[in-house]
Amino acid sequence: MKAHEVAEALRVLETDLPRDVEEGLQGCLRREGGNSREVMKAIVENVRYARERSIPMCQDTGTLVFFVRCAERQSEVVDVIRKGVELATKEVPLRANTVNPFTRKNEGRNLGRNNPIVHFEGEACEKGKISMDILARGAGSENVSGAFMLQPDLGAAGIKNIVLEAVRMAGARPCPPIIVGVGVGGTLEWSAYLAKRALLRPLNERAEDPLAAELEEGLLSEVNRLGIGPMGFGGRTTALGARVEWAHCHTASLPVAVSVQCWALRRVSAEWEGSEFRILR
Amino acid sequence: MGVGKVHRLGTSLKEGDVRRLRVGDVVYLSGELYTMRDIAHLRAIEILRGKKRLPFDLRGKVIYHCGPIVRGTEVVSAGPTTSMRMERTEADLVHLSGLRAIVGKGGMGRGTLEALRKFGAVYLEYPGGVGALAARSSKGVKKSYWRDLGDPEAVWVIAVEDFGPCFVTMDSHGETLRKSA
Repeated sequence: MKAHEVAEALRVLETDLPRDVEEGLQGCLRREGGNSREVMKAIVENVRYARERSIPMCQDTGTLVFFVRCAERQSEVVDVIRKGVELATKEVPLRANTVNPFTRKNEGRNLGRNNPIVHFEGEACEKGKISMDILARGAGSENVSGAFMLQPDLGAAGIKNIVLEAVRMAGARPCPPIIVGVGVGGTLEWSAYLAKRALLRPLNERAEDPLAAELEEGLLSEVNRLGIGPMGFGGRTTALGARVEWAHCHTASLPVAVSVQCWALRRVSAEWEGSEFRILR
Repeated sequence: MGVGKVHRLGTSLKEGDVRRLRVGDVVYLSGELYTMRDIAHLRAIEILRGKKRLPFDLRGKVIYHCGPIVRGTEVVSAGPTTSMRMERTEADLVHLSGLRAIVGKGGMGRGTLEALRKFGAVYLEYPGGVGALAARSSKGVKKSYWRDLGDPEAVWVIAVEDFGPCFVTMDSHGETLRKSA
């Protein structure tokens, strides 16, 4: 695993929107009219132009979040990821977004204490193999996300209500059409992690669990009834999809996290087998 | 929102230029945009309240809620940021600086709407996330100020040609696209 390979994955992440998301945007363009349609035309053209020119589709290249599976040498992996982020910041280039939360000082490298965000996942992984998913999270959508501790007796209706309220309050700020990532169960931080992880599943793949799949469908149709529309200009498409991940939780808890995602759902997968490197789309 | 009238404007604006614009209209701008985000708003207001001059004169000008990606004088990607973060300070900036137009995304609140009406200015929205196309209509960085704030928060003077579509979502007559603003 080399820093320039991580940087290459980041270039693809920022410049080449996944096809399932692009298809969702094209579907939205076909459904909308008036200025909402004009907005969607610009978005679809922007995706094409960014890919063609290999430049970041959005100037907010985000906070970089890595979901990593590897069997060994985790601290070395973090080290290479950091070098890759620094390199990509210069070469793609990425915007230098990372600041000290107290002083707001920006050192210009997208590196800092506990940043970029690296999650090591428990999933089994063969020795000598490393695989990762990367998300770029812009502040517009991260800023309207949240986690809530519900009363367990509120059940599925309570989950739906809190998600709809979060989306309604967010309005035009997270750059709709959005994708709604929902994490149900676990603990406070685990639900937030799952909500973000939910965004990794392609928009054309339903949840395996029937109750999660039902929640995804119900949420999508109710979010789209809010009428917020592209960039909050009104319309039938407020969300391209809803994605639910879940974990068992304490008998007295019902944690629910909502990770609102802007239309630019930038995700990429990469893997290493020995010295062989692959980007998976 | 239906498609409104299309206007092609420069970026040295008089009150009459912006009073003509109505919610739903579409604007394409050619000239210069001054990028200003959270901290640049605070610093500008502090200077203007102290009866001092800004290093750049905003009278009649267009500010852009944007933290661009810049390489040398090339603008790489430059879409708008969420305007609501500037809501607490925007009315003061409109009043003190004499700017005539704000470009951002996501809408703003009542304080800004009232300032636009009172002082004759307009709020425009460029499609969020459309950073690559924004860079395509930009002709490079002309100047930069307040680089000590870090690249995203600095003031970049960006030359643009036919920068748009910018949608009028709050006009100078107290009208707004989103009634709940």
